[in-house]
Amino acid sequence: MPLNIWRFASPQAFYSLAGKLVPWFFVAAALLGAAGLYVGFFVAPTDAQQGDAYRIIFIHVAAAWMSMFIYTVMAFWCAVGLIVNTRLSFMMALALAPTGALMTFIALWTGALWGKPTWGAWWVWDARLTSELILLFLYVGFMSLHAAIDDVRRADRAAALLALVGAINVPIIYFSVKWWNTLHQGASVSLTRAPSMARAMLLGMLLVALAAWMYSIAASLMRVRLLILERESDSDWVRTIARKEAVK
Amino acid sequence: MTSAGHPRRGLAGVFAAVVRRDLLLALRRRSDVLTTFFFFIVVVSLFPLGIGPEIDTLRAIAPGVVWVAALLASMLALARLFADDYADGTLEQLALAPQPLLVLVLGKIVAHWLVTGVPLVLIAPLLGLQCDLPAAALQVMMLSLLLGTPVLSMIGAVGAALTLGVRGAGGLLALLVLPLYIPVLIFGAGAVSASAVGMDVGGHLSVLAAIFLIALVFAPWATAAAVRIALE
Amino acid sequence: MLQAINLECMRGQRRLFRDLSFDVADGELLWVAGANGSGKTSLLRIVCTLLRAESGEVRWDGTDIRVLGEAFLADLVYIGHAPAVKDDLTALENLGFSLAQHGLATSADEQADALGRFGLAGREDLPARSLSQGQRRRVGLARLLFGASRRLWILDEPLAALDAKAVDLVREQIGIHLERGGVVLLTSHQEIDFDGLRVRHLQLDA
Repeated sequence: MPLNIWRFASPQAFYSLAGKLVPWFFVAAALLGAAGLYVGFFVAPTDAQQGDAYRIIFIHVAAAWMSMFIYTVMAFWCAVGLIVNTRLSFMMALALAPTGALMTFIALWTGALWGKPTWGAWWVWDARLTSELILLFLYVGFMSLHAAIDDVRRADRAAALLALVGAINVPIIYFSVKWWNTLHQGASVSLTRAPSMARAMLLGMLLVALAAWMYSIAASLMRVRLLILERESDSDWVRTIARKEAVK
Repeated sequence: MTSAGHPRRGLAGVFAAVVRRDLLLALRRRSDVLTTFFFFIVVVSLFPLGIGPEIDTLRAIAPGVVWVAALLASMLALARLFADDYADGTLEQLALAPQPLLVLVLGKIVAHWLVTGVPLVLIAPLLGLQCDLPAAALQVMMLSLLLGTPVLSMIGAVGAALTLGVRGAGGLLALLVLPLYIPVLIFGAGAVSASAVGMDVGGHLSVLAAIFLIALVFAPWATAAAVRIALE
Repeated sequence: MLQAINLECMRGQRRLFRDLSFDVADGELLWVAGANGSGKTSLLRIVCTLLRAESGEVRWDGTDIRVLGEAFLADLVYIGHAPAVKDDLTALENLGFSLAQHGLATSADEQADALGRFGLAGREDLPARSLSQGQRRRVGLARLLFGASRRLWILDEPLAALDAKAVDLVREQIGIHLERGGVVLLTSHQEIDFDGLRVRHLQLDA
């Protein structure tokens, strides 16, 4: 029997599917995370130039990759929502945003924690860090716009349009900031010049990145389930669930 | 009274009518226009007061200061681009005109830029002179603002349309639009700085021109889409 | 001829109506009635493309209005709740620009004439902010006098804040429009006497 995936475009069907998947993703995240951090903190060799302080890079790089990846996925769902007008697409985008913002925030903090012992400053106007900061603004802007509009449908569509405008701008912004940075840097070194990769370091980074990905999926699925319940609260199937919960 | 025999205007005629109407409105509400203009001047003057009158420092920061002030002034003026029309019902009539909405919206943006952007282009060199920028740099300042302020109006229009009738629209507009302004700021101020130290500005201005063209292609379309979303 | 097929409208989380279908033939007026909040304005906005329906379609002369696009808008007059009049422009300028936007080039004399018929003679050159609410609505309604070339009139509470003379004029114009084969879609809380005209009623449940 062919699997009809379009069935899952209905919030009710997706709600139960997501509910079954969430625990698996959390487990995967925990396992990969443990493995990655073990490799990162114990197995990978101490760097010749930066000592042990560089180990924060395992988290920093994973968080930075995820922050950009999530924005792309978010923009994708926004585009789908605007073109096909499915409610679930907008909900998925809205569910992804807070996790994406969290990843960006982690990337910024770990970047600062790396910078201090390595270059002596908590913040350097490095191209990647500055772009991460701007990405944080884009996430916050998306969530703020959605929160500020009362009509949920209009909020969905307006925020979706904003996300797409942001998506077009992100490469332009990154290119501009990179250019600006190289012009003004002078002799100082940038954070983008990571220590040359030993295989163990690369493995560690990959594992933590995968862990972050699994976590993001789990967190977003949980959030989208909440959104589904909230928005479909008038429908029978949600009322049934609410009644069951009340009885417990 | 029959209207059957009326001549029809084409797209260009309707575009011109939209521009003319907005210019007429700006003329009648001169105080709004002048407020933005003086805001720009005040903000630029605040920086030396906050940093100190050392002329070498001022010369170094002048390009950035003038450009940031231009960004802020432009954003201040944006709030009024669609808000009045949205409130009194003329925006929905514009959306019902049998012409591509993106062209009509571009008409409003052009009128808005003529009224708020062009004065900045004209006064900025005077402010740059206060900071002892060389003549060549002043010329580049005008040119960069001439290329950059329309982009600010176009990108800002998208934000203005998205935040129509929303609580806290002013602050929200700043949050949405300022990050998108950053490339224009970097290359605009960069061009003036480069010119001030005698470096070549061709690269900066070319990128600004490219950003202008990209904005021209995407922004009116995105603004029209945002207007329709706001009108629903 | 206007057709609505299985229209469904959602505002926020509320469903206002679903499976709504109706036909309005040339020369007919459809009077949409219902309690406040029942979706009358939303229905009119769906028909004039300002609002998109959750599902269903609207057809003008047999073709989906989304396919017709600008051709449909060129055949349409929409008068909504807001008078669509700018305070800083004179009544004459407001009317002129409003018609120009729709692609009609009209002379100042014709515009003044139209405003005069709506009882605004002598006030055409005043800024609209000095006009009363009813007078502003009349400036917006003056467009109807130029509406012969547009076959579908969608009027949302056209008689609100009007005096008896203006009400008569609007009724007269609607009558003329129906006689030349136009279609009118209307909501009104007020009782209007449409004797002699082909009027149908549509009741939306609250």
